[in-house]
Amino acid sequence: METRQIQETIQMISEERLDIRTITMGISLFDCIDSDGAKARQKIYDKLTTSAKDLVKVANQIQSEYGIPIINKRISVTPISMIAAASDDSDYVAYAQTMEKAAEELGVDLIGGFTALVQKGYQSGDRKLIASIPEALDVTSRVCSSVNVGSTRSGINMDAVAQMGRVVKDIAAIDPVNCMSLVVFANAVEDNPFMAGAFHGVGEADRVINVGISGPGVVKRALEKVKGQPIDTVSETIKKTAFKVTRMGQLVGNVAAQRLNVPFGIVDLSLAPTPNEGDSVAEILEEIGLESVGAPGTTAALALLNDAVKKGGVMACEHVGGLSGAFIPVSEDAEMIRAVSAGRLNIEKLEAMTAVCSVGLDMIAIPGDTPAETISGMIADEAAIGVINNKTTAVRVIPAVGQKVGESIDFGGLFGTAPIMPVNTNSPKKFVDRGGRIPSPIHSFKN
Amino acid sequence: MKAIITVVGQDQVGIVAAVSKTLSDLKINITDISQTLMHGSFTMMLMGEWDEKNTAFAAAQDALNDLGEHLHLDIRIQRQELFDAIQKL
Repeated sequence: METRQIQETIQMISEERLDIRTITMGISLFDCIDSDGAKARQKIYDKLTTSAKDLVKVANQIQSEYGIPIINKRISVTPISMIAAASDDSDYVAYAQTMEKAAEELGVDLIGGFTALVQKGYQSGDRKLIASIPEALDVTSRVCSSVNVGSTRSGINMDAVAQMGRVVKDIAAIDPVNCMSLVVFANAVEDNPFMAGAFHGVGEADRVINVGISGPGVVKRALEKVKGQPIDTVSETIKKTAFKVTRMGQLVGNVAAQRLNVPFGIVDLSLAPTPNEGDSVAEILEEIGLESVGAPGTTAALALLNDAVKKGGVMACEHVGGLSGAFIPVSEDAEMIRAVSAGRLNIEKLEAMTAVCSVGLDMIAIPGDTPAETISGMIADEAAIGVINNKTTAVRVIPAVGQKVGESIDFGGLFGTAPIMPVNTNSPKKFVDRGGRIPSPIHSFKN
Repeated sequence: MKAIITVVGQDQVGIVAAVSKTLSDLKINITDISQTLMHGSFTMMLMGEWDEKNTAFAAAQDALNDLGEHLHLDIRIQRQELFDAIQKL
């Protein structure tokens, strides 16, 4: 091997912040169902703590031997609404506490799957689970929740959309920071390793290892070398870089799966930013040629980036899955935060961007007095983009109680801060109050 | 087991000797080596091969970390599969 290649690889890791964002073990809980809730929770705790007992140890070993940082070790489980439905419990907060206890015991960062899938309608477990979300997120710190309210096959459940607007407000009333742990999806995927939206789908194997890669810094650095060249060169450069990044994900996933004796599922080809300098998706868009993210051309540049990442990544690994696209979480991307604070990027442009990348209006702080039905309207818009375009979309907004546009909400510690963004104040109340279901779309006559 | 060892830091007398001695003590065979000075900074890359029965990866890593601290050098050891995965089709 050439010295240059060794140097390049080391530089990608040490200077350009290339890392494995997450190793997520999916664990099925179907064999934990019991009509006695306490027994079910004991089975869940036992299954989680035995299935994933070596997860953190193996991830740390791989990090040390290969010299690649593995940032998060996580678990996703079967949607709890399905597991708890057979029990006699009237609320499911205790299930979240069991998940938390197991996650703490195992030393994993987050555990996802406090989830309900209600794209077409509610079963009894879904209602109880959704009602439990505000308290469940308040009494736990590692549990993540998601609710799927629409799909291309079944349309959009507007009753659920209306309810989730109220749930987001209820969570914020307790503590706005807890809203970080809830994602409202359309077309949720079953093998997503990223939080807060990860859950272990019903079609998955009993246990599986999924890997989420990262690397916005590596892509930006590669593009710095092709300044002023045609857009075709930009696309090719991103593809080649994505290939290398994904190969690393494939290697780590294979090694982890082998050492844990668990099948390897997928690599999620997502460019996931962090608030650290040089780890920003917005900076890639600016490197492509925009004065600022949010400028006209942003959607096109993002579409190009997203597509090139997939094209490069697909060839580099055996199975691609999860969300696989560039993430645009505002509060987790240093340049997005600057752009929003300076008024260079607004929610309407972000919404347009979600039509061409994963995953949606993500980590956006909005004024605390935003009505529930307005949040429902935002959820409905995102769901419509996903359902019509046959892609995953989501909403993770944080109503900053007692705060207004121009201020910032502090998430504490590594999560940084988010500027509060203005939301259109015209009310969608009568639309949201109608309830019912938006029918599934026709997939002919595409326009 | 194959690994790539990189040594970066302020140039000084005896780096190659010290690193080679440590690898030899660990029963790690050097299969390739290159060394240069980049902007006054010493940079060396070695490929090492050894039997894991004789030396565990963690033991080799600890010994090289200790040496790096002693000589004020940044010494990394990483399994070679990583480089192959990223750089080879």
